Amino acid sequence: MSTAALTVRIDRGVGWLELDVPGEAVNTISPELRSDLAEALESLARDGDVRAVVLVSRKPGSFIAGADINAFVALRGRDEAHALVRAGQAAINRVESLGKPVVAAIHGNCLGGGLELALACTYRIATDDPATRIGLPEVQLGIIPAAGGCQRLPRLIGLQPALDMILAGKTIAASRARRLGIVDELVHPCILDQVAEQAAGRLADGWTPGRSRLSVRRLATDRNPLGRRMLFTAARKQLLKKTGGHYPAPMAALQAVEHGMTHGVEAGLDIEATLFAELAIGGVSRNLVRLFFATTALKKDPGVQGDVPPPRPIAGIGVMGAGFMGAAIGGVAVLRAGTDVRFRDRDLRSVGGGLRVARTLLDEQLERRRITTHAHRRLLSLLSGTDGWDGFGLTDLVIEAVYEDRDLKRQIFREVEAHVRDDCVFASNTSTIPISQIADAVARPERVLGMHFFSPVAKMPLLEVIVAERTAPWATATAVRYGRELGKTVIVVRDRPGFWVNRILAPYLNEAGRLLAEGVPVEVIDRAMMRFGFPVGPVTLLDEVGLDVAHKGSEVLHEAFGARLQPTEGLVRMLDDGRLGRKNARGFYRYDDGKRREVDLAAYEIIGAGADPDVSKEDVQARLVFAMLNEAVLALDEGVVRSARDGDVGAVFGIGFPAFRGGPLRYLDELGLADAVDVLRDLQRTYGDRFAPAPRLVAMAGAGETFHPSS
Amino acid sequence: MQSAQGRRVAVVAGCRSPFCKAGTLLKDVSAVALARHAVVELVHRAALRGRDIDEVFFGQVLPSPLEPNLAREVALLPQFPASIPAASVNRACASANAAIAMGHDQIVLGHARVVLAGGAESLSAVPILHSRRFADLLIGLSRAKSQAQRVKLLASFRPRDLVPVTPAIAEPSTGETMGQSAEAMAKVNRISRQAQDAFALRSHRLAHAGTEDGRLVAEIAPFFGPGVTEPVTSDNGVRGDASASQMAALKPVVDRRYGTVTAANASPLTDGAAAVLLMSADAAAALGYQPLAFIRSYAVTALDPAGQLLMGPAYAIPQVLDRAGIDWNELGLIEMHEAFAAQVLSNIQALESRQWAEEHLGRATAVGQVDPETLNVMGGSIAIGHPFGATGARLTLTLAHEMRRRDVQFGLISVCAQGGMGFAMVLERA
Repeated sequence: MSTAALTVRIDRGVGWLELDVPGEAVNTISPELRSDLAEALESLARDGDVRAVVLVSRKPGSFIAGADINAFVALRGRDEAHALVRAGQAAINRVESLGKPVVAAIHGNCLGGGLELALACTYRIATDDPATRIGLPEVQLGIIPAAGGCQRLPRLIGLQPALDMILAGKTIAASRARRLGIVDELVHPCILDQVAEQAAGRLADGWTPGRSRLSVRRLATDRNPLGRRMLFTAARKQLLKKTGGHYPAPMAALQAVEHGMTHGVEAGLDIEATLFAELAIGGVSRNLVRLFFATTALKKDPGVQGDVPPPRPIAGIGVMGAGFMGAAIGGVAVLRAGTDVRFRDRDLRSVGGGLRVARTLLDEQLERRRITTHAHRRLLSLLSGTDGWDGFGLTDLVIEAVYEDRDLKRQIFREVEAHVRDDCVFASNTSTIPISQIADAVARPERVLGMHFFSPVAKMPLLEVIVAERTAPWATATAVRYGRELGKTVIVVRDRPGFWVNRILAPYLNEAGRLLAEGVPVEVIDRAMMRFGFPVGPVTLLDEVGLDVAHKGSEVLHEAFGARLQPTEGLVRMLDDGRLGRKNARGFYRYDDGKRREVDLAAYEIIGAGADPDVSKEDVQARLVFAMLNEAVLALDEGVVRSARDGDVGAVFGIGFPAFRGGPLRYLDELGLADAVDVLRDLQRTYGDRFAPAPRLVAMAGAGETFHPSS
Repeated sequence: MQSAQGRRVAVVAGCRSPFCKAGTLLKDVSAVALARHAVVELVHRAALRGRDIDEVFFGQVLPSPLEPNLAREVALLPQFPASIPAASVNRACASANAAIAMGHDQIVLGHARVVLAGGAESLSAVPILHSRRFADLLIGLSRAKSQAQRVKLLASFRPRDLVPVTPAIAEPSTGETMGQSAEAMAKVNRISRQAQDAFALRSHRLAHAGTEDGRLVAEIAPFFGPGVTEPVTSDNGVRGDASASQMAALKPVVDRRYGTVTAANASPLTDGAAAVLLMSADAAAALGYQPLAFIRSYAVTALDPAGQLLMGPAYAIPQVLDRAGIDWNELGLIEMHEAFAAQVLSNIQALESRQWAEEHLGRATAVGQVDPETLNVMGGSIAIGHPFGATGARLTLTLAHEMRRRDVQFGLISVCAQGGMGFAMVLERA
């Protein structure tokens, strides 16, 4: 039998199961494919001519990328989810109980349900190709591997390495999977079929692959109840610290592994199904999946509407200003996109400093074995710099990262224009200056836009591409695509003060400043917001961003939007005291040897804090969060972001807005807009007009609308 | 040298690393990394697209066994397509000249339109070898089929086998070191210690002036690391404060009693790389480049190394002038590689001597009188340094730039090389 996605072929005693889901870039297991697979397995089991089975993909670069997410998004209740998982488990169990050896021949992504299927096979052969990535990323979508992954992986490779893979949800290269024992052999892609066929034959002849890996460590943990319990206790503690208790999936995965190791595979599968069903219909998973869909959609979004000229390829960029930010952007450009990066600064010493920072980034990658010594050497050659204009003649894109001074930036772009091609795109990394004011300085303003990176550039996943009034669509499309080549999630943002991320961050940080001035302790504020789900508290964030930078940003927004975004005096006083935050080791916190220590009590005196008014965690959260939510609606209404989707992605990846809450606009939808308006009105009465609910929010609440259609 | 097809070869641009004394600022930078550094800066300055390069030739005298084909490593820069063929060349100290000559020939033949040529050397990282006996032992052990064979082999081991072999800068054919050759030439040609020191001092003073006024700095790609804290923008062997009395105080290195060759009047061991961009005149016009100069002719000669080893230029120069079809007096600038002051002065003596011309060239007149005003006007290898594989390209780009500055019609390069070889090239303004 054969179907559109599955071809069954019998050749010299070997049954070939060949996967190729039509019309898709990758293979995923839909309920239809799963039942086709189950049926095909039955027929191969019955067929006396078939001695062994090979499972292989005919999709270029993809074995199986996992279960079909759409199928699990469509789930309407716990029972449906439970049934879905049980059916998956049954199909995969059938592979194991077929009575004939099954060989998985893996080339390309082998993730989630794909790996669980492979784990049930008798033998696994993978290609030593960069396209082959192996992992169980389920927890990143708020669910767990529930088709036996939590059972088979620890039994195959040992408890600790299995937990490392399952709990973090990271994918690994084939070579690492081989070292861990997940796959039995690594081969060149061209001989994958041939080796699989040979292995199938040998297995059918009764050969047992030697796979005993009884290390001391495995004896101490996997087989020893006491050692096992210690390991699980430690893992649980670590997880709790990492997730803040907001993400139930890793904890559930840990539970599924532990239960299975203690009570056996059957019991393990039962609990996998139960836990999966709970998680799959829960709010956290729903929001993580939505964010996943949103970022996936953004990866295909050209950033402009309608019929536009294709984005220009970027082979070389010029970076104006080799300071910390410029250097980091250049380093990431080399590392992620293999771009030829040319720094320019006013003197060679500054250029050298920037090159050193960029090199350090590559050195770190080498030390962490993310890149080989050969790649490292190759990438180093892409870094160069000058105090003149040599090398700008061929530049495709200039990114300006000098300090925030409007006239300086205008001056620089005027100079750049004299030295580059007419189709070179100019991007400013400004966070506070309107792009249109910079664009006005040049003869071709249509090629000027903003590329707002976040620090640390190598780690922060978001890029705001700022489109000014006169920016040409081809320039926007070029910046968007290049940002994606740098590995960033890119949102296109309108040229309004503060753009998106800093705009909605400002009232939040201002409110934190007010709480501080009222005498609320730093720890209370920071802890409350971390409890809400932010990765760091707002006061810590101020120290990290730099008090000078935060102040400059808040001034600009105050000027643009008036009283609503008026900052407190505290920051100015801190600056007057010479406090810049972490960068000069003096801020709201103490720093020692680059490490953050306790709160600096002197800070309270400097900002003139009142006596601790003993406010509740909930009050702190309400004031800070609603300040941000309300501003998000105002900005969305001004068209700062193109959609609620972009706004939510920007807040989650740019600020660290709790991902499990889906982003500020999704969170509003979930709160209910009418309720949100009520909360804001309460806040307005108590704290003033800055909390006056956004007119659009009131209107939408009145009309019973939501920001996202599916809420 | 204009071919039948009319393909004149232009030197369009050039760039080099700073030249640094071995064991100093560039000691941890491999010859490949130095070459790539110079070339990356060159292509940026020349606004050259990698896809326009047809071939790469690079010179190196002491390649690392780990990266034996320097030229291909340069051609594999990530800025370039992988499809540029490359060859590494060894003509001793004239290796970069040989690379440039090969590039010239490929262009004249019509095989290439744009060629990247140059050279590099890291004398901080000279490969040091195991003794032959120890190497044989290692190879024998890896091939041994039985434990007994292994034991037998190990029993043959002697501690002295561990003494490494350091390649000396010496003539394999005679065993004579370069210093000994220079010393012998000083004695044969009666070049005094004072004359050598004065010439070396001149080299430093002129190189210092060329650095101060920016002419030498302009041809250097600043080196930003790894391994340095401040950008290196100039050659670190040049000493503006060198004095005759300091030089006179130094002991001779080869013949400690009667010798005249010292560390100060010889070129130092140096790390560095240099590259030039060659194009056919047609390609330069098509791609929008203004040539610095054209290659008019080149010549290579060789002598018996047992004689005056470094006298090659005196033979190559008359030949290259004949090939150029120009007269000595038409030369407006001369860049003569300074291996040793004794070698430069010996060659000048020969060039200026009617008797030498009669005896060695069968000519009735001397080759020409050297005008100090046109010779090595920014100093030479004694002050600037001498990374063997790179020097020829340094001379070419220095000369080409200076010819343009002075609007000189013809310029001459000469290089003496191991094995008794001499190289000469004539450049001509467009």
